[in-house]
Amino acid sequence: MAVDISQFHEMFFEESFEGLEVMENGLLNLPPGSSDIELINDIFRAAHSIKGGAGTFGFNEVSEFTHDLETLMDLMREGKYSVTSEAVELMLQAVDCLRHMLTELKDKRPIDYSNASEISKHFKLILEKPESTAPEPEQVSATNDTECKSWRIGFKPNPEMLQTGNEPYRIIRELGELGCLVVHVLLDDLPSYDLIDPCECYLAWQLDLSGEAVSRDAIDEIFEWVIDDAEIGVEELSGAKISISQEAPAQHSDDSKESNNPLPEPTAVSGEVLPTSAVAINSEASIPRSLETTKPKAEPARGGDSKSIRVNIEKVDALINMVGEMVITQSMLCQLSKEYNEESHNELVSGLAQLEANTRELQESVMSLRMMPISFAFNRFPRLVRDLNRQLEKDVELVLHGEQTELDKTVMEKLGDPLTHLVRNAMDHGMETPQERLEQGKPEKGKIELKAFYEGGAVVIQICDDGKGLDDKKIQAKAISNSLIQEGEVLSREEIQDLILRPGFSTADEVSDLSGRGVGLDVVKQNIRALNGSLDVQSKENSGTTFTIRLPLTLAIVDGQLIRVEDSVYILPLTAISESLQLEEKNINTVAGGVDLYRIRDENIPVVHLNALFGHDKAEGSEYAKMLVVVESNERKIGLVVDELLDQQQVVIKSLEANYQGVEGLSGATILGDGTVALICDIHDIFTMSAGQYQLSFDKIFQSGHNYAA
Amino acid sequence: MATILAVDDSASMRQMVSFTLQGAGHEVIEAEDGQVAYDLAQQHSNVDLVLSDVNMPNMDGISLIKALRGMDSYKFTPMLMLTTESTKDKKMEGRAAGATGWIVKPFNPDQLLATINKVIG
Amino acid sequence: MITQNEISREEQQEFSSSSENTGETTKQYLTFFLDGEEYGVDILGVQEIRGWEKTTILPNSPNHIKGVINLRGTIVPITDLRERFCLESKEYGPLTVVIVLNICDSSSNKKVVGIVVDAVSDVYDISSTKIKSSPEIEQQVSGEFIEGLFNVDEKMLILLDINRLLVSEAQYSEVAQ
Repeated sequence: MAVDISQFHEMFFEESFEGLEVMENGLLNLPPGSSDIELINDIFRAAHSIKGGAGTFGFNEVSEFTHDLETLMDLMREGKYSVTSEAVELMLQAVDCLRHMLTELKDKRPIDYSNASEISKHFKLILEKPESTAPEPEQVSATNDTECKSWRIGFKPNPEMLQTGNEPYRIIRELGELGCLVVHVLLDDLPSYDLIDPCECYLAWQLDLSGEAVSRDAIDEIFEWVIDDAEIGVEELSGAKISISQEAPAQHSDDSKESNNPLPEPTAVSGEVLPTSAVAINSEASIPRSLETTKPKAEPARGGDSKSIRVNIEKVDALINMVGEMVITQSMLCQLSKEYNEESHNELVSGLAQLEANTRELQESVMSLRMMPISFAFNRFPRLVRDLNRQLEKDVELVLHGEQTELDKTVMEKLGDPLTHLVRNAMDHGMETPQERLEQGKPEKGKIELKAFYEGGAVVIQICDDGKGLDDKKIQAKAISNSLIQEGEVLSREEIQDLILRPGFSTADEVSDLSGRGVGLDVVKQNIRALNGSLDVQSKENSGTTFTIRLPLTLAIVDGQLIRVEDSVYILPLTAISESLQLEEKNINTVAGGVDLYRIRDENIPVVHLNALFGHDKAEGSEYAKMLVVVESNERKIGLVVDELLDQQQVVIKSLEANYQGVEGLSGATILGDGTVALICDIHDIFTMSAGQYQLSFDKIFQSGHNYAA
Repeated sequence: MATILAVDDSASMRQMVSFTLQGAGHEVIEAEDGQVAYDLAQQHSNVDLVLSDVNMPNMDGISLIKALRGMDSYKFTPMLMLTTESTKDKKMEGRAAGATGWIVKPFNPDQLLATINKVIG
Repeated sequence: MITQNEISREEQQEFSSSSENTGETTKQYLTFFLDGEEYGVDILGVQEIRGWEKTTILPNSPNHIKGVINLRGTIVPITDLRERFCLESKEYGPLTVVIVLNICDSSSNKKVVGIVVDAVSDVYDISSTKIKSSPEIEQQVSGEFIEGLFNVDEKMLILLDINRLLVSEAQYSEVAQ
């Protein structure tokens, strides 16, 4: 029966990448001289698993390469080798190399082993072993020997042999498969019935085996497991036919005991040469699934975006229960509809409410399946910062907060690259060298913090560094020279800093290898926008810079407030709405700059006419009463003037980019119950657009982050 | 045909072993470490064979075998260790703990089937 | 008379045959009227033909983008070709037709878009060898969108490369914003 092993490959790759993470994190947390046995064991096991799996699934180069890693870890866990930074560094390199090899294998690309062999050489040096650690070549038995051979085998198990699960009957049966077998049982040691302990073996056998190509090795192999638990003697008989004789038993049970020959340790059970057959499986097996990515990636992804999630089985069970309840509700409604009369109305209403509750519960549950802690995205950074520290000769500490904050798996996978870019940026351009820091009176060790937390209906991720901050003047000058702004334009500090996120801008003096690969921060911003998120920057010269990413908790659904603006229906995310009220003329003050401020209690809030903002034609200032919806973003508030407040409902976000393109001000569209399309507003965009349209300078209106006091 | 308890902390190995053995008509009970295996062993009295990796968290293979041998129903049950060449001395340890024999990793499905046929039936 | 059709793929493909020897391909083109001129598009790109329905206006969009509609759950943008070509606009009525097309953008992404035309005309089998290249004179549309010209029944059909037309329009809209 041929089993197609390639179907387990994907699982192996996934497991191995996880194992590599374990190893990497472990190694990073292994200071020189460490005696953290548990951690060392974890690392060892990860290496061991990868090696074993690689061998099993035919990836022999990987298996061999991992062997050294495993050996070193094995020595460490036995205390025979102490943890040195050199060893850790070498192993980290090996982990990288492995990751690369596995990615190439997974994507079915040819692998360049030169790096691996370099690293292997270093391992050999460390382990002080000769270059070739290949196992002794197997003693291949002379299988071409067709001469008829005869053997006399004495087999006397120790009394306790049975308790290892070994059964003489099976062993003898196996011998019988090699050729013609004549069995004599020897009862010498069998005690009387009342003294027999059923768990012990008292029997011995003389086994005469003859046949073509019956080799010594084949016989030894059959006894391999029990050589220490039995007395075994094997004697070749010179071609003489085996005869049953009376004296033979006594003679052989006593005399023909050869000393146990050291049996060659086979590396494979069946005696086949393993590598060839494994490789054959690998190359001949046709891979059933077609691989999705056809574009070669510039940099092999970290294990690639996997198409599966590990899910807690309890969550799945909970889902099944919820679906069950939903089915009950549905059949209840069905029943109701058949027997409907005027009096059933209340039942109908409550039934529908029940259905709504079921649906919502189910929906939340399903969504939560996709949620994973952000640590998965964060855990590449300790390594990155460590490597960059070395490369840039800086001393920066990385601190992580909120690693358990959960977000959607796909969002997180797509967040990887933008985050990496920002961290590299911080390391490269933001952080000073220890020397520079001391000169500034700062502590020598710099700090980069990665924070994740929930705010409103969003996940907020911040990258804060305490480096040199943004140089506003330099930015402004650069923007002018790149024609992004006019000379002499007056901009708030915030607006200046936002410039670095615009296309066509680059502050690096030269395109550095690390972050200026021709990919500017605008691409990072775009990537984040594609996730319906936003990117902001705030900086203070010499204090540091903070990049803030905001992402919706889910990609697909938003709780919305429907509003009407002239003839169009828009949707505002409920989480952004602070309050809604009827607009009263008397509360409006106009200040310099053409901005209307609306007085609410002790705050003055800028007023934005959505119809104008969205370019709807009809004239402003219609007579009928309007509503003001106060929305909040980044701790700032503005009031949106709308014509009417409609329902609140949960809507499914449909992409505008799929068939059209992104539209400023919108995060997507949805289809209402009546089949018409309603557009979903992007609050962050609206703030930005408002600033542009009204030439609002946030600095003026919002003094130190608070709304202008009355 | 036989009920086999397969213990390995690597999910891909377990999958492969299960698939192979089930394809040959056997029933497979999986465990990801020795402790889980031990607990399962107590619930199932009809296990005909135990296949266990050596290096596992919580309870390693050798400890598992020792523990199982202490149970009446597992006194004579064949138990095979899955070892790699780097753990040769583990074989000694294993046998001392009561293991029946071993299968050396890496192995392919056919080798697996051939070996377990030696101890089943 | 406007009907809503979905042209079956099989039918379309049946008629696009290649003759290997001469390297000529015959494709079917759906033609439509726009301000008195007749244009044609490869029928393989035509998903369906619909009547005009009210769209949801997109904020700050160029005039020729009329908005988006719900096409069985997908959000599809509708472009008025008259306005796109800077022709006099016409009021929409019961005879106004929207042709829904499948196009490929510059990154080979498939998109579904709709174009508003005056009326649908006919379907023609056109062999590639018979298509003439367009002279650069007095065209309503920029030459880069034109696949070529074809004469039939004493009239001239202007064959459009719909991918080029609508893809570069996306860029057009960005600039407009």
